Amino acid sequence: MMRRLINDGYDVVEEMTQGYVKAHPDYVKMHPEDDRVVLSNMMSKEPRVRIIFGGGTGHEPLFLGYVGKNGADAAVLGNVNTSPSPEPIYNSAKATDSGKGVLYLFGNYSGDIMNFEMGIEMAEDDGIQADYVAVRDDVVSSEEFEERRGVAGDIMVLKAAVAAAAKGLSLEEVKAVAEHANRNTFSMGVALSSATLPVTGKPIFHMDEGDMEIGMGIHGEPGIERKPLKTANEVIDEIMTNIFDRTDLGKGDKVHVLVNGLGALPLMDQYICFNRVSQVLEEKGLSIEKSLVGNYATSMDMIGMSVTLTRLDDDLRDYLTYPMDTPYLKVN
Amino acid sequence: MTVILDKDYFKRSIANITHLIEEKRDHLTELDSDIGDGDHGINMSIGFREVTKKLDEIDESTDDIASFLKKVGMALLGKVGGASGPLYGSFFMKMGTDIAGKTEVTFEEFVQMIENGVAAVEKRGKSTTGEKTMVDALRPGADFLKSQTIDGNEAELFAEAIEKMKQGAESTIDMVAKKGRSARLGERAVGHKDAGAESSWLMLNAFYEELSK
Repeated sequence: MMRRLINDGYDVVEEMTQGYVKAHPDYVKMHPEDDRVVLSNMMSKEPRVRIIFGGGTGHEPLFLGYVGKNGADAAVLGNVNTSPSPEPIYNSAKATDSGKGVLYLFGNYSGDIMNFEMGIEMAEDDGIQADYVAVRDDVVSSEEFEERRGVAGDIMVLKAAVAAAAKGLSLEEVKAVAEHANRNTFSMGVALSSATLPVTGKPIFHMDEGDMEIGMGIHGEPGIERKPLKTANEVIDEIMTNIFDRTDLGKGDKVHVLVNGLGALPLMDQYICFNRVSQVLEEKGLSIEKSLVGNYATSMDMIGMSVTLTRLDDDLRDYLTYPMDTPYLKVN
Repeated sequence: MTVILDKDYFKRSIANITHLIEEKRDHLTELDSDIGDGDHGINMSIGFREVTKKLDEIDESTDDIASFLKKVGMALLGKVGGASGPLYGSFFMKMGTDIAGKTEVTFEEFVQMIENGVAAVEKRGKSTTGEKTMVDALRPGADFLKSQTIDGNEAELFAEAIEKMKQGAESTIDMVAKKGRSARLGERAVGHKDAGAESSWLMLNAFYEELSK
């Protein structure tokens, strides 16, 4: 028996999106002909590269929560845990393009790549310049950067891209900034339970109470190892050791830290985790310039969390501190 | 007497696929949950429900088989989502490549239609056999049909092709995945069947059931 408050499982995307646009009418509206596209009500009047954020639903506030002023100009939504299809992808470009082109940002998953590429072909047929960056930040998912999954690091790459667009950079330049942010963003998570799928009412995978899986992906993609749950400090130590083993982060680096809840982990627990993250970073000689703690990229009712570290240089710092106003991320 | 397949045969087959997908939805979901993200059965169900809603409209608004299948493919592309949308969408959209304008086809032409559909999946997915995908179910069936002489034995040949596809899906159990979500699992995917391979042979089986009625 799943402990969710929904209606018919087949209607979750529609009802969630309708609820969202009604709750945040200053920021967003539904595309008049496509209910899988949420458009910004705060798009710049002057032409600039438009940034479109998208992927499966079930990760709220990712992606629509970041549409707003100097934020994403649109969000494109797929079914739960599923990439959107080409038509809404195309429709979002058509509705937002101001002549300087469109950059799509989404997590690196084969379904998303296929559909966004098809949507981009449709946009280009219509004379709209379009390109994409598939975010790759989950360090456990592969040794190879190109093969990595996109998880909470999506948000850091978005933040850099929207600031670059706000500064008037070209499509090529904005893409380069997004890729630079991507190359310097590293994440790893831990799961204590599975999300439940609205249509079936069942968990995606089985996890015994009292077990955890370090390195697990947000859709339940297997991580490193399943074993009994340990203390927060032990878990964070293991996550941090893994991140440092798999990246070139080191002493002297300045970082942006995101401790992200996967949906059902209490804030209390998230802050306890952050406490340990900051101790580890201090021990290793890194300094934290900015931090975020909360549910930024979830997996519905999954109990778990992830740590995302973004190494800052002067450029990235500039972009990540650029003002932005969206319901789920505000920078003054 | 050669078997002739008309537009209505294709319409009935599509309706049969929808029925099969609904029946197998939870099974497909389970397969996909083991080594994926649990959405395959649900997304196929969403996609084919949409196709069913529009099936009469698609039938009435098209004159020939190729146009009918193209619209079915586009409906799937629009509603299934994920990797399955472009792959199943492309299968149907490209099935009619060589039969433009035709309102009925011979079994030989149908074999070529299946080949065109499978080739479209291989192209869109950049995949071949051995990678633990729907191609492992589809390619053996298409190859078998192409290699046979059609001589009043259409139903038997089709049944054997389905058996080859079913075995192809079974063969994915022992494979390490090279594509899709399960590619991230390495050895952990071994011992589990690919959900796309399963829905692929089920889909072709729906065509077989209609033919053998």
